[in-house]
Amino acid sequence: MAQISIKVDGVEYADAVEPRTLLVHYLRDQVGKTGTVVGCDTSNCGSCTVHLDGTSVKSCTVLAVQADGHEVTTIEGLAKDGELHPMQQAFHENHALQCGFCTPGMVMQSIDLLRDNPSPTEEEVRHGLEGNLCRCTGYQNIVKAVLAAAESAPVRIGTAGGTL
Amino acid sequence: MIPVAFDYTAPSSVADAVSALGSDSEEIKVLAGGQSLIPVLRLRLAAPTLLVDIGRIPELRGITDEGDALVIGAMTTHAEVADSDLVKEHAGVLAKATEAVADPQVRHRGTLGGSLVHADPAGDLPAPILALDAELVIAGADGERTVPAANFFHDMFATAVGDREILTKVRIPKHTGWGAHYEKFTRVAQQWSIVAVAATVKVDGGSISAAKVALTNMGATPIRATGVEQALLGRAAAGDTVKQAASSAAEGTNPPTDTNGDASYRRHLANVLTGRAVLAAAAN
Repeated sequence: MAQISIKVDGVEYADAVEPRTLLVHYLRDQVGKTGTVVGCDTSNCGSCTVHLDGTSVKSCTVLAVQADGHEVTTIEGLAKDGELHPMQQAFHENHALQCGFCTPGMVMQSIDLLRDNPSPTEEEVRHGLEGNLCRCTGYQNIVKAVLAAAESAPVRIGTAGGTL
Repeated sequence: MIPVAFDYTAPSSVADAVSALGSDSEEIKVLAGGQSLIPVLRLRLAAPTLLVDIGRIPELRGITDEGDALVIGAMTTHAEVADSDLVKEHAGVLAKATEAVADPQVRHRGTLGGSLVHADPAGDLPAPILALDAELVIAGADGERTVPAANFFHDMFATAVGDREILTKVRIPKHTGWGAHYEKFTRVAQQWSIVAVAATVKVDGGSISAAKVALTNMGATPIRATGVEQALLGRAAAGDTVKQAASSAAEGTNPPTDTNGDASYRRHLANVLTGRAVLAAAAN
């Protein structure tokens, strides 16, 4: 077993993990962050996307030991005091989900996308979400939501201290 | 899937990493960014007893300007390479190819060195590294050695890096002012290259004065299209002349046949994509 210290959604955790433990399994099974889901298990679908030190990663393709000493933000860390993050709000308002399984990863990658490019074109949004699959094929409203978020809340998304 | 159980060590220097690789009793894998290795572990296509994580070695990261060359640390991520003004200015075809790797999340974790040592025939970075005549610096118990890109890729998933060595950095001669393009052919998003072409050319007064072209997934290793490079010299950087020069791109290649296309289809693609890549490179 290896000892790790990780900050998850603002809270410090110190745990023993097997070196083979994937970050997504650590988050779900040991920290209880079941909002982050396992989709394809082969690095394709992006539903397990979280932020590691402020940039998006597929948490099924990171070992928990690699995140030792680092900071993770999951979908569960976005809402503040009961208020949805602007990207969550935009997904809500634009009906950017059908079954909802891909949504946690879509939201996390969409926030990363706007941090990198605060005013993307539709084409840039589609390209930036290339690593996230929606098997309901609900892409139209997902793209619409990201564009709406870019329009409505660029300041909060762009300046939230590197974690949001 | 969950990988097999393994021990894990994360050395903080190249010397410590090399000594960790010296064990006779362990089946060792080096973990770089993990974007190929971790899926391989999850699918249990590899079953190491020890993982040596080189992700906590500061000297392996970063991009530096060394006068006539850029030096990129092996653990520099794809996102860092693709965003680097130095790489865009002096090794444009590497920046373009790196932008084409996988998806944003993978580019945040995956590394230049990891991709090169993994040496997947469909990987996007071996071809530009070959086209740019880069040199690769390898550290082992006896110190460092430097291998030119032309001698680095030995076979599918096999390179000059031995079991007890690690790739530490890539030295790329500056190609300042050269146009560059990476033309990647896929059928769906985030797919591996069916065929891709890395092209970088120097244009003087409307004609091509130097050209370097390398092919992805046209054989077990990346291949320089030397016939095309020679045929382009002195030619106008325009439509039909470039297309004619590019029509020999597939000569001497040995492309695979798989569900994405057979060998003859790939040969056709190589010729067409080379023409597109050279024209786009000449235009920027």
